Amino acid sequence: MQKKYLHWTFYLAGLLILLLASVLLSLSVGEMNLGFTDILNILRHGNNGMEYTILSQIRFPRVVLGIAVGGALSLSGMLLQGVYRNPLVEPYTLGISGGASLGVAFAIVFGLHQLIGSFVLPFAGFTGAFLIIFLVYTFSSRSGRINIQSMLLTGVMISFIASSSMMLLMSTTSSENLHGIIFWIMGSLDEPDMSLISVTLVLALGSLLVSYFFVQPLNALRLGEEKAKHLGINTDTTIKILFLLASLLAGVCVAVAGVIGFVGLIIPHLMRMLVGSDYRILLVSSFVSGSIFLVLSDVIARTIISPNELPIGVITGIVGGIIFLLLMSRSSLRSKENHG
Amino acid sequence: MMNATILKIQKLCCGYPKFQLSEISMDIPKGSFAGIIGPNGSGKTTLFRAITGTLNITSGKILLGDKDLQSFSPRLKAQNIAIVSQFTEAGEISVEDYVMMGRIPYQSRFSFFESDEDSRIARMYMEMTDIFRFKDQLMSELSGGEQQLAAIARALTQQPQLLLLDEPTSHLDITHQVHILNVLQQLNQEMGLSILMVIHDLNLASEYCDQLILVNQGKIHTQGTPVEVLTFQNIEDVYKTVVVTQSNPLSGKPAIFLATQKVLKEIQVKFGQSVK
Repeated sequence: MQKKYLHWTFYLAGLLILLLASVLLSLSVGEMNLGFTDILNILRHGNNGMEYTILSQIRFPRVVLGIAVGGALSLSGMLLQGVYRNPLVEPYTLGISGGASLGVAFAIVFGLHQLIGSFVLPFAGFTGAFLIIFLVYTFSSRSGRINIQSMLLTGVMISFIASSSMMLLMSTTSSENLHGIIFWIMGSLDEPDMSLISVTLVLALGSLLVSYFFVQPLNALRLGEEKAKHLGINTDTTIKILFLLASLLAGVCVAVAGVIGFVGLIIPHLMRMLVGSDYRILLVSSFVSGSIFLVLSDVIARTIISPNELPIGVITGIVGGIIFLLLMSRSSLRSKENHG
Repeated sequence: MMNATILKIQKLCCGYPKFQLSEISMDIPKGSFAGIIGPNGSGKTTLFRAITGTLNITSGKILLGDKDLQSFSPRLKAQNIAIVSQFTEAGEISVEDYVMMGRIPYQSRFSFFESDEDSRIARMYMEMTDIFRFKDQLMSELSGGEQQLAAIARALTQQPQLLLLDEPTSHLDITHQVHILNVLQQLNQEMGLSILMVIHDLNLASEYCDQLILVNQGKIHTQGTPVEVLTFQNIEDVYKTVVVTQSNPLSGKPAIFLATQKVLKEIQVKFGQSVK
């Protein structure tokens, strides 16, 4: 038993060191490369010209948002996979991204962002996401009980309806609006509003904390809903709260950073391979790994075709997918050797 | 005989739109090893699910000791009744972690680490069921029989008053069937644990159970000792199959022999029309 906790500490420490390294890398790499010692100097001496401005105004907010969004998406995926007992579920399967995109498309097409201000876009995204979550939730709950299998199907269907409606909006609007919508959908960590970034970070960390109140039900749910009930777990409440928490996280992420796919699917998988199936270590390690993954993806996205920037969703999809396939084939090879 | 009842069911009605249990009443004495038997679709599993609380009851009462089971919180219920299903489906969980889950009903929601007491209890029951040597393996790496033993160890770790099992041996070979039932018998004899299980195999039910409840078409057909319940009349009546019952020479319990169509025909030829 003690050995298990030692392993967990070891993994967590390793991941935190990796996160620190990724943060430093992200702060130092860009159009103007800064050495680690430069960064330390700049931070120590405070405001001295352009380098400080780049660091504090451009790179630091991106890193913070990367940590928050990467962690939140990954945690959201982990919670949903735990609730649904289905490894293919991710925050976007349930239509959360579709709803957010639809909200943003709606705001852009009807010129709300020019009318009211640019903060309207994340707000519209969040509203869209929550409208969808509300629909999925009401469609699949009968007399206070949630049927999680029908919920999944409802989510997928509503997601299709949302994305088709968005296509409809896009096909009837001007090319200028179209560009705005596509640019937003592809996702980016470029968010000028520091207060929005802070809110996202606080929410992400807060949700991580809250999710730990449900670590025991999540562990019991590994046996299935009925068996968890037999162990005295109130599964209905657990499923409802965790679904809402996961949706809130994903909704906020999409609203702030656009649609960044794959993080919520791949990272939970990788963590299961690495640390096992106990949610006590899975939750926090998913969060930290999600942060690492997104911060590093952002580094690639903004350096690979510098001075231009690739949408971060492209990087997470391609890089994440390839790494995942490689690991999958290696682990299936290993299990063949073991059994052969 | 023992007087106290561990489980008392009074005029229980429940079920699904197309299948209903009607007015089930039965008493399971404390310390007994009881079996629910009956053909497929007779209502065994429905009755089991009503007792476990998976299925809501429409009317009637289920009492544990002298308390209404409906008034129990899920946690309290899990401290008193442990359930072993047909399959464990625990997957990528180590055997030790799996067995340790039996402590969940006793742990506070905020307890992050298992206590030494939890570990001690889990270890004790892993040793009792002889699965301690697998403790670091994954549940998915165990055979069906070993998984079932782990499930029993997990159930015992809940330290229940009553152990419920749903066809725990139906997918196992005879070695594992007998091994698991021997473990249960030992628990029943030595710890005085009350056991109620749904079981398909009439001969196993006869050998191991001291109380049998024969269910048919949503009602209780007969209940009592194996000798009282497993008569050829009862079995032919409920299962619509011709059987012969005799005593097992070793235990004196009823043993059921089947009559195949071929054998029945041969007998008919041999004895003319004297055999029905």
